[in-house]
Amino acid sequence: MTLWVGLDCGSWATKAVVIADDATVLGTAVTRSGADLVGAADRALTGALRAAGRKRTEVQAVWATGFGRHALTQADGSRTELDCHGRGAAFFVSGPLVVIDIGGQDAKVIHLDPEGRRLGHRMNRKCAAGTGSFLEEIALRLGIESADLDRLALEATEPLDLSSFCTVFAGTELLALIRAGKRPADLALAAYRSLVKRVAAMDVFPGKVVATGGVVAYHPTLVGLLGKELRAEVIVPPLPQMIGAFGAALAAREGAVAVGPSIGGSDAD
Amino acid sequence: MGSYYRSLGETVGGPSAPVAWCSSVGPAELLQALGFRVFFPENHAAMLGAARVAQRTMPLAHAQGYSQDICSYLTSDIGAHLAGETPLTAFGLEAPPQADVLVFNTNQCRDVRDWFEWYGRKWGVPVIGVRSPRSLGEVTAGDVDGVTRQIEGLIPPLEQVAGTRLDPIRLAAVVAASRRCSDLWEACLRTAAHRPAPLSFFDGTVHMGPAVVLRGTAAALGYYEQLLAELQERNRQGAAAVPDERYRLYWEGMPIWGRLRALSELLTEFRTAVVASTYCNSWIFAALDPADPLRSMARASLELFIVRAEGPKERYLEEMMAQYAVDGIIFHDCRPCPNNSNTRYGMPRRMAERLGVPTLVLDGDVNDLRCFSDEQARTNIEGFVEQIADARGAVSGARPG
Repeated sequence: MTLWVGLDCGSWATKAVVIADDATVLGTAVTRSGADLVGAADRALTGALRAAGRKRTEVQAVWATGFGRHALTQADGSRTELDCHGRGAAFFVSGPLVVIDIGGQDAKVIHLDPEGRRLGHRMNRKCAAGTGSFLEEIALRLGIESADLDRLALEATEPLDLSSFCTVFAGTELLALIRAGKRPADLALAAYRSLVKRVAAMDVFPGKVVATGGVVAYHPTLVGLLGKELRAEVIVPPLPQMIGAFGAALAAREGAVAVGPSIGGSDAD
Repeated sequence: MGSYYRSLGETVGGPSAPVAWCSSVGPAELLQALGFRVFFPENHAAMLGAARVAQRTMPLAHAQGYSQDICSYLTSDIGAHLAGETPLTAFGLEAPPQADVLVFNTNQCRDVRDWFEWYGRKWGVPVIGVRSPRSLGEVTAGDVDGVTRQIEGLIPPLEQVAGTRLDPIRLAAVVAASRRCSDLWEACLRTAAHRPAPLSFFDGTVHMGPAVVLRGTAAALGYYEQLLAELQERNRQGAAAVPDERYRLYWEGMPIWGRLRALSELLTEFRTAVVASTYCNSWIFAALDPADPLRSMARASLELFIVRAEGPKERYLEEMMAQYAVDGIIFHDCRPCPNNSNTRYGMPRRMAERLGVPTLVLDGDVNDLRCFSDEQARTNIEGFVEQIADARGAVSGARPG
């Protein structure tokens, strides 16, 4: 069997997906990216192959995406996260659609036509608002792990707002609310509401909306809030954190054009 | 250019021609005709940005109450003055020449006037200029009349500082040379309509130097005659600014001076040439007419892209798309420069929807690199080129396995 692998080297986590010729997902793995991106990609790749019960020699091609895509010597080609999240989302949901990818360091809005081709995109400005880093900062202020924010937000009863655009100022605003005796659960929900408003202001969202990325995977409360804010059904595809890597595997399988520089000394184009 | 900067050094510490500071698209021809040595502080600020000196000079101006949200040319330059720094040391100058008069035209923004007034207060010299109408749809005779009267009003105070009377024949000669410079510069830029383009926007930001600081002089004409001949020869030989050029883009907005090389190399990696730009085109003054110097200077200042309303700007960009056969437009949203950022009233989306041309908004700053993310820019631009490549339906060049 011919295998295709996608590696998504993100700012927080590196993900690997192994697919078959028919795009069936055979194995996945996630590891922290840290400072050794090639090592992280190796761990993820090994983990995904192990989960698939397959060998490296069976892999026809490895394509990379994510901020570390050009650093991965394991890859035969690369595509941006903009391409891979769009490609991955369009595999599960027919276009036209808008993909929202909320990552650790940035947020992206990707417009796709009925055939799944990209029409355009928007990225957040050089600012943590609207990204996973914002939630990390808020969790830090609340003295909890960010993974616990979602559970906490489920207990919210009072709709509070964090109005600041700036993550640092939002943190200060949070302190004022803590001082005013507001409940942590309400503050957690307020953080989600703030993030959602920031994302909603990035672009227009006609038609179907698909949410991808690690933040959506670990903070499902966001999805419902996004739907309310955008007045749209927000679809979460299977394995939302893996969509970028899945899209990279699809790019490898489909033989996409790599416009970026060569990787590992080989000309990808 | 080196001779020009060195000539400015001759004004320091000895008798020489009076010095006028002039905003980049201000009435330079009038100043030259009156015998001023003309210094363009925006050119100096761009040098501060390109040399990345601005990163340490801007905070000094911020501390003086000049906001981070206003023109970073202004804060770079005033900060450099406070720090006693200048890239002009490479030409033997310890500092930019002190002005005897500062002359602005607000056709580009209000910031040039505020910038010049800082120096005017410091040196006790006059700050005069043209307060231009802005956001013009059609340029009417009334608009031109108003600016012409303002330029005429500059003559008496400038004559007083210059210590001489304006010679109409000399003014006509300077305007004629400026027009010739403009025509040659335009012809140089137009060579990039050729596929592959012989020069890119990034080359243009360097080659435009004489059009900015030496227009109206013989030196500028010689430079552009030679450059045009070289570019035409490159086209005959098929020499490309970007090897194996595959995609062609238009750059709308200010350069990001501290990242010129990085962005040029990045786009070269993607086999993408930025073949035209509003910025380089801004020193084309097609209206200049030696038969009617002052009125034509007024008209030229009002016909510039930056002075116009959204409608004429969009029509202009549409013409550029066709002339240069571009695949997409990069709009630089220059954080502190609303007048040079045509991203804030929906233009990129309208252009994309109306013309079907892909547009990309790149967040940045002309000089302040704290407002620019290399990583985000890379992903944005690479993703944009991917989109263009996919739309073209190119087949795979990837080498699996």
